[in-house]
Amino acid sequence: MIALLLRDLRLAVRAGGGFGLGLAFFLLVAVLVPLGVGPEGGTLAKIAPGILWVGALLACLLSLDRIFALDFEDGSLDLLATAPIPLEGAVAMKSAAHWLVTGLPLTLAAPVLGVLLHLPGEGYFWLVASLALGTPALSVIGTFGAALTVGLKRGGLLLSLLVLPLYVPTLIFGAEVVKRGAAGMAVEVPLLLLAGITLGAAAVLPFASALALRINLR
Amino acid sequence: MSLWEYANPKKFMQTATRVLPVVSVLAAICMVGGLVWGFFFTPDDYKQGATVKIIFIHVPAAMMAINVWGMMLVTSLVWIVRRHHVSALAARAAAPLGMTFTLIALVTGALWGQPMWGTWWEWDPRLTSFLILFLFYLGYVALWQAVENPDTAADLTSVLCIVGSVFAALSRYAVKFWNQGLHQDSTIMKVGEKDPLDPAYYWPLIVCIAGFILTFVALVLLRTVTEIRARRLAVLTARERLA
Repeated sequence: MIALLLRDLRLAVRAGGGFGLGLAFFLLVAVLVPLGVGPEGGTLAKIAPGILWVGALLACLLSLDRIFALDFEDGSLDLLATAPIPLEGAVAMKSAAHWLVTGLPLTLAAPVLGVLLHLPGEGYFWLVASLALGTPALSVIGTFGAALTVGLKRGGLLLSLLVLPLYVPTLIFGAEVVKRGAAGMAVEVPLLLLAGITLGAAAVLPFASALALRINLR
Repeated sequence: MSLWEYANPKKFMQTATRVLPVVSVLAAICMVGGLVWGFFFTPDDYKQGATVKIIFIHVPAAMMAINVWGMMLVTSLVWIVRRHHVSALAARAAAPLGMTFTLIALVTGALWGQPMWGTWWEWDPRLTSFLILFLFYLGYVALWQAVENPDTAADLTSVLCIVGSVFAALSRYAVKFWNQGLHQDSTIMKVGEKDPLDPAYYWPLIVCIAGFILTFVALVLLRTVTEIRARRLAVLTARERLA
Protein backbone atom coordinates (compact mmCIF):
# COMPACT_ATOMS: atom_id res chain seq x y z
CA MET A 1 0.00 0.00 0.00
CA ILE A 2 2.89 2.31 0.75
CA ALA A 3 4.35 1.42 -2.64
CA LEU A 4 1.05 2.36 -4.26
CA LEU A 5 1.06 5.70 -2.44
CA LEU A 6 4.63 6.43 -3.54
CA ARG A 7 3.82 5.42 -7.11
CA ASP A 8 0.84 7.80 -7.22
CA LEU A 9 2.89 10.61 -5.74
CA ARG A 10 5.67 10.06 -8.26
CA LEU A 11 3.21 9.99 -11.15
CA ALA A 12 1.61 13.22 -9.97
CA VAL A 13 4.82 15.14 -9.43
CA ARG A 14 6.58 14.16 -12.65
CA ALA A 15 5.95 15.84 -15.96
CA GLY A 16 2.35 15.75 -17.18
CA GLY A 17 1.03 14.80 -13.76
CA GLY A 18 -0.76 18.10 -13.34
CA PHE A 19 0.83 18.77 -9.97
CA GLY A 20 0.55 22.47 -9.17
CA LEU A 21 -2.37 23.11 -11.51
CA GLY A 22 -4.75 23.16 -8.56
CA LEU A 23 -2.44 25.50 -6.76
CA ALA A 24 -2.30 27.85 -9.76
CA PHE A 25 -6.08 27.74 -9.96
CA PHE A 26 -6.35 28.64 -6.28
CA LEU A 27 -4.04 31.61 -6.85
CA LEU A 28 -6.13 32.74 -9.82
CA VAL A 29 -9.35 32.62 -7.78
CA ALA A 30 -7.73 34.73 -5.07
CA VAL A 31 -6.62 37.24 -7.70
CA LEU A 32 -9.84 37.32 -9.70
CA VAL A 33 -12.20 37.82 -6.77
CA PRO A 34 -10.79 41.22 -5.71
CA LEU A 35 -10.83 42.25 -9.38
CA GLY A 36 -14.50 41.42 -9.50
CA VAL A 37 -15.55 42.61 -6.06
CA GLY A 38 -13.47 45.78 -5.84
CA PRO A 39 -10.38 46.61 -3.82
CA GLU A 40 -11.99 47.83 -0.54
CA GLY A 41 -10.18 46.10 2.31
CA GLY A 42 -13.27 45.89 4.55
CA THR A 43 -15.37 43.98 2.04
CA LEU A 44 -12.51 41.67 1.12
CA ALA A 45 -11.69 40.92 4.75
CA LYS A 46 -15.32 40.02 5.30
CA ILE A 47 -15.56 37.56 2.41
CA ALA A 48 -11.97 36.24 2.60
CA PRO A 49 -12.75 33.10 4.68
CA GLY A 50 -15.51 32.03 2.33
CA ILE A 51 -13.56 32.81 -0.83
CA LEU A 52 -10.50 30.95 0.36
CA TRP A 53 -12.55 27.89 1.26
CA VAL A 54 -14.55 27.92 -1.97
CA GLY A 55 -11.32 28.41 -3.94
CA ALA A 56 -9.65 25.48 -2.19
CA LEU A 57 -12.73 23.35 -2.79
CA LEU A 58 -12.85 24.13 -6.51
CA ALA A 59 -9.10 23.62 -6.88
CA CYS A 60 -9.57 20.21 -5.26
CA LEU A 61 -12.43 19.42 -7.62
CA LEU A 62 -10.29 20.16 -10.69
CA SER A 63 -7.97 17.23 -10.20
CA LEU A 64 -10.54 14.65 -9.04
CA ASP A 65 -11.13 12.95 -12.37
CA ARG A 66 -7.40 12.17 -12.59
CA ILE A 67 -7.57 9.95 -9.50
CA PHE A 68 -8.80 6.92 -11.43
CA ALA A 69 -9.04 8.00 -15.07
CA LEU A 70 -5.43 7.29 -16.13
CA ASP A 71 -5.28 3.99 -14.26
CA PHE A 72 -8.60 2.99 -15.79
CA GLU A 73 -7.36 3.75 -19.31
CA ASP A 74 -4.11 1.80 -19.11
CA GLY A 75 -5.69 -1.09 -17.24
CA SER A 76 -3.75 -0.81 -13.99
CA LEU A 77 -7.02 -0.27 -12.15
CA ASP A 78 -8.10 -3.80 -13.10
CA LEU A 79 -4.80 -5.10 -11.72
CA LEU A 80 -5.36 -3.17 -8.50
CA ALA A 81 -8.84 -4.63 -8.19
CA THR A 82 -7.48 -8.18 -8.49
CA ALA A 83 -4.37 -7.52 -6.41
CA PRO A 84 -3.99 -9.24 -3.02
CA ILE A 85 -4.41 -5.95 -1.11
CA PRO A 86 -8.07 -5.04 -0.50
CA LEU A 87 -9.47 -2.55 -2.99
CA GLU A 88 -10.73 -0.46 -0.06
CA GLY A 89 -7.14 0.04 1.06
CA ALA A 90 -6.01 0.90 -2.46
CA VAL A 91 -8.80 3.46 -2.71
CA ALA A 92 -7.85 4.98 0.65
CA MET A 93 -4.26 5.28 -0.58
CA LYS A 94 -5.48 6.97 -3.76
CA SER A 95 -7.32 9.52 -1.60
CA ALA A 96 -4.24 10.04 0.53
CA ALA A 97 -2.10 10.61 -2.56
CA HIS A 98 -4.66 13.07 -3.90
CA TRP A 99 -4.63 14.95 -0.62
CA LEU A 100 -0.83 15.07 -0.53
CA VAL A 101 -0.59 16.58 -4.01
CA THR A 102 -3.59 18.97 -3.78
CA GLY A 103 -4.96 19.43 -0.25
CA LEU A 104 -1.64 19.83 1.49
CA PRO A 105 -0.14 22.40 -0.95
CA LEU A 106 -3.45 24.31 -0.86
CA THR A 107 -3.32 24.40 2.93
CA LEU A 108 0.25 25.67 2.91
CA ALA A 109 -0.44 28.28 0.21
CA ALA A 110 -3.65 29.58 1.77
CA PRO A 111 -2.06 32.06 4.24
CA VAL A 112 -0.23 33.80 1.38
CA LEU A 113 -3.49 34.22 -0.49
CA GLY A 114 -5.09 35.35 2.77
CA VAL A 115 -2.76 38.35 2.65
CA LEU A 116 -4.06 39.20 -0.83
CA LEU A 117 -7.62 39.13 0.53
CA HIS A 118 -6.87 41.15 3.71
CA LEU A 119 -7.75 38.29 6.02
CA PRO A 120 -7.65 39.65 9.61
CA GLY A 121 -4.57 38.59 11.60
CA GLU A 122 -6.36 36.23 14.00
CA GLY A 123 -7.72 34.22 11.09
CA TYR A 124 -4.47 32.82 9.67
CA PHE A 125 -3.93 30.10 12.22
CA TRP A 126 -7.54 28.93 11.92
CA LEU A 127 -7.39 29.11 8.12
CA VAL A 128 -4.47 26.68 8.06
CA ALA A 129 -5.99 24.54 10.80
CA SER A 130 -9.40 24.28 9.15
CA LEU A 131 -7.94 23.53 5.71
CA ALA A 132 -5.58 20.93 7.18
CA LEU A 133 -8.55 19.28 8.90
CA GLY A 134 -11.07 19.74 6.09
CA THR A 135 -9.23 19.08 2.81
CA PRO A 136 -8.74 15.35 3.57
CA ALA A 137 -12.55 15.10 3.62
CA LEU A 138 -12.64 16.84 0.23
CA SER A 139 -10.19 14.28 -1.19
CA VAL A 140 -12.04 11.29 0.26
CA ILE A 141 -15.47 12.48 -0.88
CA GLY A 142 -14.00 13.38 -4.26
CA THR A 143 -12.52 9.89 -4.60
CA PHE A 144 -16.02 8.51 -4.12
CA GLY A 145 -17.33 10.77 -6.91
CA ALA A 146 -14.42 9.76 -9.16
CA ALA A 147 -15.13 6.08 -8.47
CA LEU A 148 -18.77 6.56 -9.47
CA THR A 149 -17.92 8.20 -12.79
CA VAL A 150 -14.74 6.34 -13.72
CA GLY A 151 -16.05 4.45 -16.72
CA LEU A 152 -17.92 7.33 -18.26
CA LYS A 153 -16.91 9.35 -21.25
CA ARG A 154 -17.21 13.06 -20.45
CA GLY A 155 -17.56 12.20 -16.78
CA GLY A 156 -15.87 15.41 -15.65
CA LEU A 157 -18.93 17.64 -15.53
CA LEU A 158 -21.08 14.92 -14.02
CA LEU A 159 -18.39 14.41 -11.39
CA SER A 160 -18.67 18.04 -10.27
CA LEU A 161 -22.46 17.78 -10.19
CA LEU A 162 -22.27 14.70 -7.98
CA VAL A 163 -19.50 15.85 -5.69
CA LEU A 164 -20.38 19.49 -5.03
CA PRO A 165 -23.58 18.78 -3.04
CA LEU A 166 -21.57 16.29 -0.96
CA TYR A 167 -19.07 19.06 -0.17
CA VAL A 168 -21.70 21.28 1.47
CA PRO A 169 -21.21 20.29 5.14
CA THR A 170 -17.41 20.40 4.89
CA LEU A 171 -17.53 23.83 3.30
CA ILE A 172 -19.97 25.23 5.85
CA PHE A 173 -18.02 24.08 8.89
CA GLY A 174 -14.62 24.90 7.36
CA ALA A 175 -15.54 28.44 6.40
CA GLU A 176 -17.30 28.90 9.75
CA VAL A 177 -14.09 28.05 11.62
CA VAL A 178 -12.13 30.70 9.70
CA LYS A 179 -14.92 33.26 9.98
CA ARG A 180 -15.20 32.82 13.73
CA GLY A 181 -11.44 32.66 14.15
CA ALA A 182 -10.99 35.90 12.20
CA ALA A 183 -13.65 37.59 14.33
CA GLY A 184 -11.95 36.38 17.53
CA MET A 185 -14.82 34.11 18.54
CA ALA A 186 -14.70 30.57 19.91
CA VAL A 187 -14.12 28.00 17.16
CA GLU A 188 -14.29 24.70 19.02
CA VAL A 189 -17.74 23.60 17.85
CA PRO A 190 -17.31 23.97 14.07
CA LEU A 191 -13.74 22.71 14.35
CA LEU A 192 -14.87 19.54 16.09
CA LEU A 193 -17.71 19.05 13.62
CA LEU A 194 -15.28 19.52 10.73
CA ALA A 195 -12.91 16.97 12.25
CA GLY A 196 -15.88 14.63 12.71
CA ILE A 197 -16.83 14.89 9.04
CA THR A 198 -13.25 14.23 7.94
CA LEU A 199 -12.80 11.23 10.20
CA GLY A 200 -16.23 9.81 9.40
CA ALA A 201 -15.75 10.23 5.66
CA ALA A 202 -12.24 8.73 5.79
CA ALA A 203 -13.53 5.75 7.76
CA VAL A 204 -16.63 4.90 5.71
CA LEU A 205 -16.34 6.32 2.21
CA PRO A 206 -13.42 4.14 0.98
CA PHE A 207 -15.82 1.20 1.28
CA ALA A 208 -18.45 2.97 -0.81
CA SER A 209 -15.78 4.04 -3.33
CA ALA A 210 -14.45 0.48 -3.62
CA LEU A 211 -18.00 -0.78 -4.11
CA ALA A 212 -18.60 1.76 -6.90
CA LEU A 213 -15.26 0.83 -8.51
CA ARG A 214 -16.12 -2.88 -8.47
CA ILE A 215 -19.45 -2.09 -10.13
CA ASN A 216 -17.73 -0.01 -12.79
CA LEU A 217 -15.04 -2.61 -13.48
CA ARG A 218 -17.54 -5.47 -13.74
CA MET B 1 -49.03 -13.19 0.17
CA SER B 2 -46.04 -11.02 0.84
CA LEU B 3 -44.69 -7.75 -0.44
CA TRP B 4 -41.83 -9.56 -2.18
CA GLU B 5 -44.27 -11.11 -4.64
CA TYR B 6 -44.22 -7.80 -6.46
CA ALA B 7 -40.51 -8.23 -7.11
CA ASN B 8 -41.67 -10.47 -9.93
CA PRO B 9 -42.19 -8.03 -12.83
CA LYS B 10 -45.08 -10.08 -14.22
CA LYS B 11 -46.96 -10.05 -10.93
CA PHE B 12 -46.11 -6.36 -10.49
CA MET B 13 -47.39 -5.53 -13.96
CA GLN B 14 -50.66 -7.38 -13.35
CA THR B 15 -51.35 -5.60 -10.09
CA ALA B 16 -50.04 -2.21 -11.21
CA THR B 17 -52.14 -2.07 -14.36
CA ARG B 18 -55.20 -3.03 -12.31
CA VAL B 19 -54.53 -0.54 -9.51
CA LEU B 20 -53.39 2.31 -11.72
CA PRO B 21 -56.83 3.54 -12.95
CA VAL B 22 -58.24 3.49 -9.42
CA VAL B 23 -55.33 5.42 -7.96
CA SER B 24 -55.39 7.91 -10.85
CA VAL B 25 -59.08 8.65 -10.38
CA LEU B 26 -58.70 8.98 -6.61
CA ALA B 27 -55.69 11.26 -7.12
CA ALA B 28 -57.63 13.47 -9.51
CA ILE B 29 -60.60 13.67 -7.10
CA CYS B 30 -58.39 14.56 -4.12
CA MET B 31 -56.27 17.07 -6.05
CA VAL B 32 -59.17 18.90 -7.68
CA GLY B 33 -61.39 18.64 -4.59
CA GLY B 34 -58.69 19.71 -2.16
CA LEU B 35 -57.44 22.59 -4.27
CA VAL B 36 -60.93 23.91 -5.09
CA TRP B 37 -61.94 23.61 -1.42
CA GLY B 38 -58.72 25.26 -0.34
CA PHE B 39 -58.69 28.06 -2.89
CA PHE B 40 -62.36 29.07 -2.98
CA PHE B 41 -64.04 27.85 0.22
CA THR B 42 -61.63 28.86 2.96
CA PRO B 43 -61.48 32.33 4.53
CA ASP B 44 -58.58 34.71 3.94
CA ASP B 45 -56.06 35.00 6.73
CA TYR B 46 -56.35 38.24 8.76
CA LYS B 47 -52.69 39.00 8.24
CA GLN B 48 -51.62 37.15 5.11
CA GLY B 49 -54.78 37.69 3.05
CA ALA B 50 -55.27 35.33 0.11
CA THR B 51 -51.56 34.43 -0.04
CA VAL B 52 -52.09 31.96 2.79
CA LYS B 53 -53.74 29.63 0.31
CA ILE B 54 -50.41 28.74 -1.25
CA ILE B 55 -50.11 26.38 1.73
CA PHE B 56 -52.29 23.90 -0.17
CA ILE B 57 -49.57 23.43 -2.80
CA HIS B 58 -46.44 24.38 -0.92
CA VAL B 59 -46.78 22.11 2.13
CA PRO B 60 -47.75 18.88 0.28
CA ALA B 61 -45.02 19.45 -2.32
CA ALA B 62 -42.41 20.02 0.37
CA MET B 63 -43.51 16.91 2.28
CA MET B 64 -43.37 14.84 -0.87
CA ALA B 65 -39.96 16.21 -1.83
CA ILE B 66 -38.45 14.73 1.32
CA ASN B 67 -40.51 11.55 1.44
CA VAL B 68 -39.75 10.70 -2.19
CA TRP B 69 -36.05 10.76 -1.36
CA GLY B 70 -36.81 8.45 1.56
CA MET B 71 -38.66 6.10 -0.76
CA MET B 72 -35.72 6.16 -3.19
CA LEU B 73 -33.42 5.29 -0.29
CA VAL B 74 -35.57 2.29 0.64
CA THR B 75 -35.87 1.02 -2.95
CA SER B 76 -32.13 1.53 -3.46
CA LEU B 77 -31.41 -0.56 -0.37
CA VAL B 78 -33.80 -3.26 -1.60
CA TRP B 79 -32.01 -3.27 -4.96
CA ILE B 80 -28.57 -3.51 -3.34
CA VAL B 81 -29.62 -6.25 -0.93
CA ARG B 82 -32.12 -8.34 -2.87
CA ARG B 83 -31.49 -7.37 -6.52
CA HIS B 84 -35.14 -6.86 -7.46
CA HIS B 85 -35.28 -4.99 -10.75
CA VAL B 86 -38.71 -3.50 -10.06
CA SER B 87 -37.23 -1.81 -7.02
CA ALA B 88 -34.44 -0.14 -8.97
CA LEU B 89 -36.88 0.92 -11.67
CA ALA B 90 -39.22 2.42 -9.08
CA ALA B 91 -36.34 4.49 -7.69
CA ARG B 92 -35.53 5.63 -11.18
CA ALA B 93 -39.17 6.51 -11.83
CA ALA B 94 -39.48 8.44 -8.58
CA ALA B 95 -36.41 10.66 -8.91
CA PRO B 96 -37.66 13.19 -11.52
CA LEU B 97 -40.97 13.40 -9.63
CA GLY B 98 -39.20 14.19 -6.38
CA MET B 99 -37.12 16.78 -8.20
CA THR B 100 -40.29 18.38 -9.53
CA PHE B 101 -41.86 18.44 -6.06
CA THR B 102 -38.73 20.13 -4.71
CA LEU B 103 -38.90 22.71 -7.48
CA ILE B 104 -42.63 23.31 -6.83
CA ALA B 105 -41.95 23.83 -3.13
CA LEU B 106 -39.13 26.27 -3.88
CA VAL B 107 -41.10 28.26 -6.46
CA THR B 108 -44.34 28.49 -4.45
CA GLY B 109 -42.27 29.44 -1.42
CA ALA B 110 -40.64 32.25 -3.38
CA LEU B 111 -44.02 33.46 -4.64
CA TRP B 112 -45.32 33.56 -1.07
CA GLY B 113 -42.12 35.00 0.37
CA GLN B 114 -42.10 38.01 -1.90
CA PRO B 115 -45.26 39.68 -0.48
CA MET B 116 -44.84 38.25 3.06
CA TRP B 117 -41.15 38.41 3.83
CA GLY B 118 -40.44 41.08 1.22
CA THR B 119 -37.93 38.86 -0.58
CA TRP B 120 -38.03 36.12 -3.20
CA TRP B 121 -35.17 34.28 -1.63
CA GLU B 122 -33.60 34.21 1.78
CA TRP B 123 -30.68 32.02 2.86
CA ASP B 124 -32.79 30.49 5.54
CA PRO B 125 -31.91 26.92 6.69
CA ARG B 126 -35.06 25.34 5.31
CA LEU B 127 -34.83 27.13 1.97
CA THR B 128 -31.13 26.37 1.68
CA SER B 129 -31.53 22.70 2.52
CA PHE B 130 -34.25 22.41 -0.09
CA LEU B 131 -31.99 23.95 -2.68
CA ILE B 132 -29.30 21.45 -1.70
CA LEU B 133 -31.84 18.62 -1.88
CA PHE B 134 -32.65 19.80 -5.39
CA LEU B 135 -28.95 19.53 -6.29
CA PHE B 136 -28.87 15.98 -4.90
CA TYR B 137 -31.85 15.03 -7.08
CA LEU B 138 -30.14 16.66 -10.06
CA GLY B 139 -26.96 14.63 -9.55
CA TYR B 140 -28.93 11.41 -9.05
CA VAL B 141 -30.98 11.88 -12.23
CA ALA B 142 -27.88 12.90 -14.18
CA LEU B 143 -26.08 9.72 -13.11
CA TRP B 144 -29.01 7.58 -14.27
CA GLN B 145 -28.90 9.37 -17.61
CA ALA B 146 -25.15 9.07 -18.03
CA VAL B 147 -24.61 5.34 -17.52
CA GLU B 148 -25.61 3.16 -20.45
CA ASN B 149 -25.80 -0.32 -18.93
CA PRO B 150 -29.05 -0.34 -16.90
CA ASP B 151 -27.76 -2.68 -14.16
CA THR B 152 -24.56 -0.70 -13.67
CA ALA B 153 -26.64 2.49 -13.58
CA ALA B 154 -28.97 1.00 -10.97
CA ASP B 155 -26.01 -0.09 -8.82
CA LEU B 156 -24.18 3.22 -9.03
CA THR B 157 -27.26 5.34 -8.38
CA SER B 158 -28.16 3.18 -5.39
CA VAL B 159 -24.72 3.71 -3.87
CA LEU B 160 -25.03 7.43 -4.60
CA CYS B 161 -28.49 7.54 -3.03
CA ILE B 162 -27.30 5.87 0.18
CA VAL B 163 -24.19 8.03 0.54
CA GLY B 164 -26.16 11.08 -0.58
CA SER B 165 -28.79 10.49 2.10
CA VAL B 166 -26.15 10.63 4.82
CA PHE B 167 -24.69 13.81 3.39
CA ALA B 168 -28.11 15.36 2.81
CA ALA B 169 -28.92 14.84 6.49
CA LEU B 170 -25.51 16.25 7.45
CA SER B 171 -26.12 19.27 5.22
CA ARG B 172 -29.46 19.86 6.86
CA TYR B 173 -27.82 20.18 10.28
CA ALA B 174 -24.81 22.06 8.92
CA VAL B 175 -27.11 24.61 7.32
CA LYS B 176 -29.07 25.01 10.56
CA PHE B 177 -25.79 25.68 12.29
CA TRP B 178 -24.78 28.20 9.64
CA ASN B 179 -27.75 30.53 9.69
CA GLN B 180 -30.74 31.30 11.86
CA GLY B 181 -34.19 30.65 10.50
CA LEU B 182 -36.83 32.91 9.05
CA HIS B 183 -39.12 30.11 7.92
CA GLN B 184 -41.96 29.29 10.32
CA ASP B 185 -42.11 25.90 11.97
CA SER B 186 -44.43 23.21 10.74
CA THR B 187 -47.87 23.54 12.31
CA ILE B 188 -49.65 20.58 10.78
CA MET B 189 -48.68 18.12 13.51
CA LYS B 190 -49.52 20.59 16.26
CA VAL B 191 -53.20 19.79 16.67
CA GLY B 192 -54.00 20.16 20.35
CA GLU B 193 -50.86 22.13 21.09
CA LYS B 194 -50.53 25.86 21.27
CA ASP B 195 -50.60 27.84 18.05
CA PRO B 196 -52.17 25.11 15.89
CA LEU B 197 -53.20 25.34 12.28
CA ASP B 198 -56.74 26.72 11.95
CA PRO B 199 -59.25 23.86 11.35
CA ALA B 200 -60.63 25.81 8.38
CA TYR B 201 -57.29 25.15 6.63
CA TYR B 202 -56.52 21.81 8.23
CA TRP B 203 -58.96 19.54 6.40
CA PRO B 204 -58.50 20.94 2.89
CA LEU B 205 -54.74 20.66 3.49
CA ILE B 206 -55.09 17.00 4.47
CA VAL B 207 -57.08 16.35 1.28
CA CYS B 208 -54.40 18.12 -0.77
CA ILE B 209 -51.65 16.06 0.86
CA ALA B 210 -53.59 12.90 0.06
CA GLY B 211 -53.96 14.18 -3.51
CA PHE B 212 -50.20 14.77 -3.85
CA ILE B 213 -49.39 11.33 -2.42
CA LEU B 214 -51.88 9.59 -4.73
CA THR B 215 -50.64 11.54 -7.74
CA PHE B 216 -47.11 10.49 -6.90
CA VAL B 217 -48.10 6.84 -6.50
CA ALA B 218 -50.00 6.90 -9.80
CA LEU B 219 -47.10 8.51 -11.67
CA VAL B 220 -44.51 6.15 -10.17
CA LEU B 221 -46.62 3.11 -11.10
CA LEU B 222 -47.14 4.49 -14.59
CA ARG B 223 -43.46 5.26 -15.10
CA THR B 224 -42.35 1.90 -13.71
CA VAL B 225 -44.81 0.04 -15.93
CA THR B 226 -43.59 2.06 -18.91
CA GLU B 227 -39.98 1.25 -18.07
CA ILE B 228 -40.70 -2.48 -17.75
CA ARG B 229 -42.48 -2.43 -21.10
CA ALA B 230 -39.57 -0.53 -22.66
CA ARG B 231 -37.16 -3.18 -21.40
CA ARG B 232 -39.31 -6.02 -22.71
CA LEU B 233 -39.45 -4.27 -26.05
CA ALA B 234 -35.65 -3.89 -26.06
CA VAL B 235 -35.25 -7.61 -25.38
CA LEU B 236 -37.74 -8.50 -28.13
CA THR B 237 -36.02 -6.31 -30.72
CA ALA B 238 -32.64 -7.69 -29.69
CA ARG B 239 -33.95 -11.25 -30.15
CA GLU B 240 -35.44 -10.27 -33.52
CA ARG B 241 -32.07 -8.98 -34.69
CA LEU B 242 -30.31 -12.17 -33.62
CA ALA B 243 -32.83 -14.47 -35.24
